[in-house]
Amino acid sequence: MELNVLTLCYLIGSVTFILGLKMLSNPATARKGNLIAAAGMIIAILGTIFLYEEGGQKLGNYAWIFGGIAIGTVIGFLSAKKVKMTAMPEMVSMFNGMGGACAMLISIVEFNHLVHGYPASELPVGTVLIILLGLIIGSVSFAGSMIAWGKLNGKVKDFSFTGQHIFNIILLLVIVGLAVYLIGWPSDNATIIFYAILALSLLYGVFFVFPIGGADMPVVISLLNSFTGVAAACGGFLYDNKVMLTGGILVGAAGTLLTILMCKAMNRSLANVLIGSFGGGSKTGPAGDKEQGSYKEISLSDTAVVMSYASKVYIVPGYGLAVAQAQHACHELEKLLEAKGVDVKYAIHPVAGRMPGHMNVLLAEADVPYEKLLEMEQANDEFPSTDVVLILGANDVVNPAAKTDPSSPIYGMPILDVELAKNVIVNKRSMKPGYAGIENDLFFQPKTSMLFGDAKKVLQDLIAEIKNL
Amino acid sequence: MENILSWITANQQIIYIVILMIFVGIEVIGRVPSVLHTPLMSGANAIHGVVIIGAIIVMGKAESDNYLALVLGFIAVIVGTLNVVGGFVVTDRMLEMFKKKKK
Repeated sequence: MELNVLTLCYLIGSVTFILGLKMLSNPATARKGNLIAAAGMIIAILGTIFLYEEGGQKLGNYAWIFGGIAIGTVIGFLSAKKVKMTAMPEMVSMFNGMGGACAMLISIVEFNHLVHGYPASELPVGTVLIILLGLIIGSVSFAGSMIAWGKLNGKVKDFSFTGQHIFNIILLLVIVGLAVYLIGWPSDNATIIFYAILALSLLYGVFFVFPIGGADMPVVISLLNSFTGVAAACGGFLYDNKVMLTGGILVGAAGTLLTILMCKAMNRSLANVLIGSFGGGSKTGPAGDKEQGSYKEISLSDTAVVMSYASKVYIVPGYGLAVAQAQHACHELEKLLEAKGVDVKYAIHPVAGRMPGHMNVLLAEADVPYEKLLEMEQANDEFPSTDVVLILGANDVVNPAAKTDPSSPIYGMPILDVELAKNVIVNKRSMKPGYAGIENDLFFQPKTSMLFGDAKKVLQDLIAEIKNL
Repeated sequence: MENILSWITANQQIIYIVILMIFVGIEVIGRVPSVLHTPLMSGANAIHGVVIIGAIIVMGKAESDNYLALVLGFIAVIVGTLNVVGGFVVTDRMLEMFKKKKK
């Protein structure tokens, strides 16, 4: 009877996962969807702990299980609550890596069980295959996510060498070859080969993510996310556990589609992202050879005057705004200008910041009303009648090279056509190129003026300046 | 050939689930607006934390003298919980901000 209750628990879990994902893809129901999936997860976990039986034997080691869950909960909860909004993407990557590590560890333990339970020549082929799949995918996801995490918080630099793609392919072939060998010709060396596969998979995860530029990390994290889903599903196969299977495959499929959608938002193909045109190599491309033109700076007081007497102002936020945590100052500037009768709106590029939706989340935190955020297409229609565009720490998303220079690595990406506006004021910390590592012609155009400095400080000074007018 | 057929017969339930789930996964998020890409990814991230169930089974089955299984299983439970708890909490924090702006 108890087993049936467990089946019911798993059924509830599976349904809540599907429902949760469905609701997560609609802004109105997203938050509820997340909670529903979480509730289903708790039911499935508690059901497993108390009701799972194998050969009439209940699970033991409760102290260990609850100890582990308690430690994980405290660390997970605190780090998720404490993390700054700007660091959310790397947090997601980190948690994703943990899931991969979990799948990897399960495979290691199960393989050891297997080796001790059977003579080498009689290892069950199907089980070994599933264990190896879980091991390889899980460890690639773990190592890759850790590198992605390091890249996003700046601890790991972009790194690539010539022939790296060929090296990666060879590495992958070796892994597959060893796995086939282990399954097809089991021998007493099985354990050694198993650990060799583990080591090589971890290495592959590292080299898989290394050459991909930081701006593409969201796509990579999404891809690794679906990898971990598949690794979890392998666990489902192994234990004939339906909730792991449904949850894992669901995330694997949805994650893959999401990855493709993210690439589409940047108008690039997945292959293009993975082979890494944003990587270190492209920095010496034709765009970089172009001679730097001259740019002009604008003073704070001039900016204050220009903005106060404009009738329509657009603000283009970018990663610089997130780094400087300037969203509140930005909102204050917007209110101040509105009070002076200026029409202020925000133009949000779909991939501004480090993740799609990054800017929306950030500005929502500062209570910027939803109606003020315009998507790229709407904003582009409005720019010709705009007096001033204020760019706060955005770069690649306003780079005209995406339209004019076919040799540019971002060629083809839709951009915000800010150069259609009458004046463009760019706030940046320096003339350094953005994440894609390419020069931006916009900065050298006659309508463009540069306002250097940290976004938060500049905005605060600007607000003070406007108040003094 | 016979091997493959018998494998499919033996596992047909699972194979059905896999195929159906692939379609469900694609269908369910097909029309997500780009603003929600990040929270959706984060939510999916939390859901694959279901791998923790495997970790619990490993841990619960471990014999008390099998130190490898005990230690690795314990770590697996910790990191699996991190994935689940962290994943759902981060997603909720992201979505909390979406809700505010709807006012």
